[in-house]
Amino acid sequence: MTTISDPATETAVLHLRKERSTSKGIYWPFLVPGLLGFGVVVVVSLLWNVYLSFTKWNGLGSPKWIGLENYQKLMVDETFWQSFLHSVVFIFAMAIVPTILGLLISASLFDYIGPRFGNRTSSAVRAGFFLPQIIPISIAGLLWTWLLSSQTGIINTVLKQIGLESWQQNWLGDASWAMVSITIVLIWIQVGYTVVIFMSGLARADQSVHEAAAIDGATWFQRFRIITLNQLAPEIGVVLLTTTVAALKVFAPVYVMTQGGPGTATTVPAYYSYFNFIQTSKVGYGAAVATVLAVLLIILALVILRFQNKQEENR
Amino acid sequence: MSLGILTEEAIVPASRKPQKLRKGGGGFTKRTGTSFLVLAFLIASAIAWIAPLYLAIVNSVKTPEEYAASGPLSLPSQISFEGIVSFWQQADFSVKLWNSFQISFWVCLIAVALSFFTSYAVGIGRIKGRFWILGLFMVAFTIPGEALMYPLLRMSKMVGLYDNIWSLIIIFAVLQSAFGTYLLSSVLSDFPGEIIEAAKIDGAGTWRTLTSIVFPLTRPTLTVLMVFFFIWTWNEFLFPLVLLPSNDSQTVALSMGLASGQYTSDPTTQAAAALVGIVPTLLFFLIFQRTLLKGVTMGSVK
Repeated sequence: MTTISDPATETAVLHLRKERSTSKGIYWPFLVPGLLGFGVVVVVSLLWNVYLSFTKWNGLGSPKWIGLENYQKLMVDETFWQSFLHSVVFIFAMAIVPTILGLLISASLFDYIGPRFGNRTSSAVRAGFFLPQIIPISIAGLLWTWLLSSQTGIINTVLKQIGLESWQQNWLGDASWAMVSITIVLIWIQVGYTVVIFMSGLARADQSVHEAAAIDGATWFQRFRIITLNQLAPEIGVVLLTTTVAALKVFAPVYVMTQGGPGTATTVPAYYSYFNFIQTSKVGYGAAVATVLAVLLIILALVILRFQNKQEENR
Repeated sequence: MSLGILTEEAIVPASRKPQKLRKGGGGFTKRTGTSFLVLAFLIASAIAWIAPLYLAIVNSVKTPEEYAASGPLSLPSQISFEGIVSFWQQADFSVKLWNSFQISFWVCLIAVALSFFTSYAVGIGRIKGRFWILGLFMVAFTIPGEALMYPLLRMSKMVGLYDNIWSLIIIFAVLQSAFGTYLLSSVLSDFPGEIIEAAKIDGAGTWRTLTSIVFPLTRPTLTVLMVFFFIWTWNEFLFPLVLLPSNDSQTVALSMGLASGQYTSDPTTQAAAALVGIVPTLLFFLIFQRTLLKGVTMGSVK
């Protein structure tokens, strides 16, 4: 009660007032279940994993402390660096390309197709692009393994039927094609996400600017470049950051379609870590790979946090 | 986890868009030759996008002989459920469906409860150190599963939950609630302080305020979160792969991933497998689409 009649509070900014007026009451018990689960599943596991990364262990007996040896090995491990190189390719496949395609598709659907051919048309097209997003990734992987299979796969069968037999490839089994194939699948999966986010951004944006520019004779592409891109700047930022995180975490598509192969042609950090943990029982080494990846992603998370705080301030 | 990065924003467009678009406005709505070209191009791309699914449907109902004779593009001359039935039996698919359902069901309930309690303390209670808590939770859903996987595997063996769906339920409930807390805390910190204040003046304690004021008013958002948690859990691959080795405890997404490549010599069965795996997700997407939209329109009133 006193907080409400307090003159200082009345002039204070909104969030400060809230803070004072609701600081009574006992709230900490509500934190207990969440923090307990978090402590066991995340904090303990993460610290344990970091500890394991300083040990040599095959999962039996007890881990042997070897200090930084795993990390020293990582520095000169070609497969490790190669796996990060593949991650860069997947950032291209999951963040850059879908963002560009998503911008073009959503902008043309929203202010070109929508007004001319109706909302239903644009919603139907959007639904088509979104469909791959709702399928579990492992099933998308199964589907594409079938499409790309060298013997009975649809793509090779069709190429044969139309007389382009020389274009046939062992799409997933040939080291020079496997990355390309996975890249295409990831683009296929990811475009729907960007289209949906950008269309919602456009729906929120002020359309009068567009109309004014159109009246002044700006072409569609000029309006896209100058107005749309600016209006969507926050969404573009969010999409690029979140999809980059997702690209660095890629595991299921690689596991399902190529098992990181042929050889190490499609190995990514997450898969390499899993491979060491489970397949070859080099637990310490797997933990080191996972730790490096985790550190990288935590840095990205902090960038996202900053980015969001900045947006809040700008609002 | 492609759906894992869907934020609430992704759900908004369909509900808001119709009001914003209007007819009329001169050059804005003219159907020119170019516009038909653009439309044709977009429709063609969208068709190309759904073509893999179309091919799965068409070929899953063909007999292997017909597939061999007329190829994957032709329409089936007769509908045969041979491939679907044989996959279903080989994979023991009913068991996988039931496992996936149980896991997703419990996860979405527990995760929403956990997120709600924590974000109540953070968003409404504005407890000290809330920025640290939120930061920690954000880290939790950005770190890769691999960095938690091995310790969780050992822990589940220690407590006897290895190869048991409850190990997954606990892990996912916590991981999903990290995201849920992050999202709900920002929703709840916009909650009108006057209402909380009024409840307090009327003598309601924090628990009473939670159950009779905050919970009913945030239910639409909680429903949306539940639907998302359900789908994300359903789609998860890594943890089931590591924690559920036996056939009887596997999930749909896991068994599909493992089946890949198993049927390379039997393309109609593989098409059937893809189709059978897709149908459940497609179904609950169609069912929950309305819930999602309802949740968003109700939530946007605030």
